[in-house]
Amino acid sequence: MNVIEFLLALALAKGLVVLGLLLLMRTGLVSFGQGLYFGLGAYSAALLAHRAGIGDAALMILAGPACAAAVAAVLGLLLARYREIFFAMLSLAFSMILYGLLVKSAALGSTDGFNLHAKTFAGIALPAGVERRVFFAVSVVVVVLVGWALHRYLASHWGRLSAAIRDNELRVEYLGASVYRVVYVNYVIAAALAGLGGAFAALAVGHVDPETTYWTTSGEFVFIAILGGTGNVLAPFLSAALFEALRTVANQYAPNVWQMALGVAMLAIIMFLPGGLWTLMRRKTA
Amino acid sequence: MSAILETEALSKTFGAVTAAADIRLAFEREAVVSLIGANGAGKTTFLNMVTGYLRPDAGRIRFDGQDLVGRSPREITALGLSRSFQIPQLFQSLSVRENLLVAEGIAHAERVEQATDALLEKFDLASYAGRPAGLLPEGIRKLLDVAMALVAKPKLLLLDEPTSGVAADEKFGVMDLVMAAVRGQGVTVLFVEHDMEIVSRYAGRVVAFYDGRVIADGAPAQVLDAAEVRRYVIGEAHAAA
Repeated sequence: MNVIEFLLALALAKGLVVLGLLLLMRTGLVSFGQGLYFGLGAYSAALLAHRAGIGDAALMILAGPACAAAVAAVLGLLLARYREIFFAMLSLAFSMILYGLLVKSAALGSTDGFNLHAKTFAGIALPAGVERRVFFAVSVVVVVLVGWALHRYLASHWGRLSAAIRDNELRVEYLGASVYRVVYVNYVIAAALAGLGGAFAALAVGHVDPETTYWTTSGEFVFIAILGGTGNVLAPFLSAALFEALRTVANQYAPNVWQMALGVAMLAIIMFLPGGLWTLMRRKTA
Repeated sequence: MSAILETEALSKTFGAVTAAADIRLAFEREAVVSLIGANGAGKTTFLNMVTGYLRPDAGRIRFDGQDLVGRSPREITALGLSRSFQIPQLFQSLSVRENLLVAEGIAHAERVEQATDALLEKFDLASYAGRPAGLLPEGIRKLLDVAMALVAKPKLLLLDEPTSGVAADEKFGVMDLVMAAVRGQGVTVLFVEHDMEIVSRYAGRVVAFYDGRVIADGAPAQVLDAAEVRRYVIGEAHAAA
């Protein structure tokens, strides 16, 4: 797997997390804690191989969203009651709790984390040297399917209802719908997407560590979401690819100032393209 | 014919302010009733208690045989009671059509697209269908607000000041469209209104509020001519004019 394939694999994995954020943002919510589910997805996939001895990549990929959705189904009962800064900070708090647990857990490699290795995919043995290329190809297929499914979801009644909740919760309740139920369902979907992204990221990197759940990782997802905008399901993936490319180049040529460059880019986006880079695509096609 | 909505000894205070004091009212099915009163008289508080936004301190509210006190606005809507708002409560970033589609989807309407088209025609909104609700003139916002409330096919429709903020030459047009939409649907209409021309023209019964109490209740001509109503609601000078 060459560098570009690796960067694209990471961009697709992070794009999945941001796709979940897009859904939350369309509902009027910003989560600063998606690292919780990204990390859970990565660790559950890795633990399946590392501890349970199940080295099948397909099962590892399924374990990520399943574990994330299960945890979100419980935490969502509480979080779906909160909005705005309270939702953002509470989601951040939960991700930092997991970070704290992982850092203190020697059995899970503490701050160093641990490596993982998948030997098969859906029962088929993977020849040495091509595993990551296979994971990348699978991630492309999964991203297309998930992106299409979310596009359909956003165009459906529930998608419109999510936008309606962002605009006016009071009216939604007076029309007879449960705002809580829609927020809860969207929260669980966003978590499952983050878990899926975490599993793909773990397979692409071959290593997991607590950094996946740290607040800077969650902040990075929000950054990518704002950079791309919420106008289309393609925006998170294009934005994630751009972000990874920028970071790689900037790290190489300006290792001490690249965060500053990102900050300036964010300021420019907020001031001149508040709908994100996707608005440029829309203008071009308009 | 039994009443669709009944309130018994309904009371509500906000600190030292009495917003509702021993309100006992009954509304017949398919009636068109106007609630009048000066600002702070308790009309909107009455509406808010009936629709579950406020819980009364004491008293009962019965709608179509069901007790409403303690129920959420969502549960009350499901029972067949819808409302519009003094300040139209719309989905600002969505188009007029999308606003109606959301309402139709929540009401589990069959053939949503056709039902939406029919509503756009009925409320004369077709030419605004693609425009975001946040960019509509006030009269159109009011109509859309009422149209969304009617999507659930309510038995009782509560309208909070349906013509406030609407240009003088448009107010009858707005009310004509609303009344035409509910006519023959078996809907009881309660509307809060400050404009006595609207009240006289559209209401079959008027209930006047003052200081959280009902001070007059009856036919429009009789209520609007009552001494207390002329003093506290219409204003003597205005009434004489």
